[in-house]
Amino acid sequence: MTERADSRSSRGPGLPGQPNGWSPVLVAGIGMTPVGEHWDVSLRNLALDAISAALEDAGGLRPDALYVANMLAPALSGQSHLGALLADFAGLRGIEATTVEAAGASGGVAARQAYLAVASGAVEVALVLGVEKVTDKDSGQVEAALATASDADYEAIQGVTAGAQAALLMRRYFHEHRAPQDALAGFSLVAHQNAVSNPNAMFRKAISLEQYSNAPMVSDPLNTYDAAPMADGAAALILARAATLLPPDGRPAVEIAGSAVATAAMAVHDLPDPLGLPAGAASAQAALERAASQVEQVDLFELHDRFSIFAALSLEAAGFAERGAGWLLAKQAEIALDGRIPICTYGGSKARGEPGAATGIYQLAEAVSQLQGRAGKNQVAGASIALVQCLGGSGATAATHVLRRMANGT
Amino acid sequence: METSRHWRLRQQRYALVGEVCPSCELKIFPPRDICPDCGNEARTIFQFSGRGEVYSHTTVYQAPAGHTENSPYPLAIVRLEEGPLVTAQLTDLADKPVEIGMPVEMVTRKLRSDGERGILVYGYKFRPRLARAEQS
Repeated sequence: MTERADSRSSRGPGLPGQPNGWSPVLVAGIGMTPVGEHWDVSLRNLALDAISAALEDAGGLRPDALYVANMLAPALSGQSHLGALLADFAGLRGIEATTVEAAGASGGVAARQAYLAVASGAVEVALVLGVEKVTDKDSGQVEAALATASDADYEAIQGVTAGAQAALLMRRYFHEHRAPQDALAGFSLVAHQNAVSNPNAMFRKAISLEQYSNAPMVSDPLNTYDAAPMADGAAALILARAATLLPPDGRPAVEIAGSAVATAAMAVHDLPDPLGLPAGAASAQAALERAASQVEQVDLFELHDRFSIFAALSLEAAGFAERGAGWLLAKQAEIALDGRIPICTYGGSKARGEPGAATGIYQLAEAVSQLQGRAGKNQVAGASIALVQCLGGSGATAATHVLRRMANGT
Repeated sequence: METSRHWRLRQQRYALVGEVCPSCELKIFPPRDICPDCGNEARTIFQFSGRGEVYSHTTVYQAPAGHTENSPYPLAIVRLEEGPLVTAQLTDLADKPVEIGMPVEMVTRKLRSDGERGILVYGYKFRPRLARAEQS
């Protein structure tokens, strides 16, 4: 503990690039539930499972505030006001609680709100929960609810779906960069391969290039293996300042070294450069700057592969590939667990499953377990810095975090 | 019912009425009152020609509620000749294959119906440009 105190004081009055008085924020505990079609579990019980797991992992810290990431409960469960509902249901009645909504980026944005609260000292211990319950409604209703993340007056009214928007970007990307029809297959193949050993994954089965190439179209050129399955899930994080943490149990501490959210035009047609993913680029750059890290130092990148095209766009936006060259990384040697820059190390949205607003929390929890060496067969050897990015809509909101393993024994 | 909501957008839906920025002359659709390029107020009405070309396209097989009776349907982003991109369905294709760069023009069609008692929402779609329109 002394070293940790020393490292704090050696930083002077605040963190680099942060206001004076801010303290380092650690992830004190993580909890994840299996992603899937949970006909027998309600939204509140999913939430409780994740919260209980995270509280147990954090070894007895009691949260002062709850940040719920959720997008679809008002539309699909007829339920808003999740802050109060879930704080009460989880045995935390009375604490500060609120819901954070930023479409598919809700998880990352909620984590940032909690980070800001804890870093500033306003909140001692924060609980961040991502929860989504999608299987109580049929697919048309789910598509319509998801389409509310696009422009209702100028996109959704035209019958736009999230998949169709990704398909429009994908076709344009193929056209501009002369990429072949199966250019993005590798993203799907690696995701499925990584999910085989993830007990929380929805699809624990590797797929072949042949299966990918013969898959039915969702919205051409986007096929079923380019699209992540929407499913139920909940995951939670406990954030605390280093000084608050109980004595360590031997596993390395993980710090949120950089946190950033950026937005861009919400409608795809309003983006001056629809393939540029400007919010992804801006938030990645800001998060890396705040962490005083370079993209070359990143050991793994949990990106948001809700549709395979976004893997290519995120890799380009974050600086792992030149513009138009992201698809060239869709290969084992580049992105597998032992590749140059491993992505989606637990299967990503494609194979772990896509639980909407909870995705950002799954990503962060998965990255923490990588940095703490708890990833078992999914372990990225020697991982010490992780970049984590989730996207809302077609990238109109991007939340990016840099997580860093702190030196052992501190 | 949302009648007033669709009524408010009648000029955009039926006639592609947007704005032009008096400062930088950017043509803006949909209207947004503040120029996204230069940040100045932009409330000057601008009538778009309705002509453009396909920027990207796809087909929607898994339609959202309200659109399922038309599915599958072709969907595109169209680059209007005055500059802006617009998301819209394609129509009147017959067997014509869609390609990026294909010239198209705006027409008014039914966008969706909200059940037996609901209103029919009409608005713009785009069809392959007719030879007659090409000459104008």
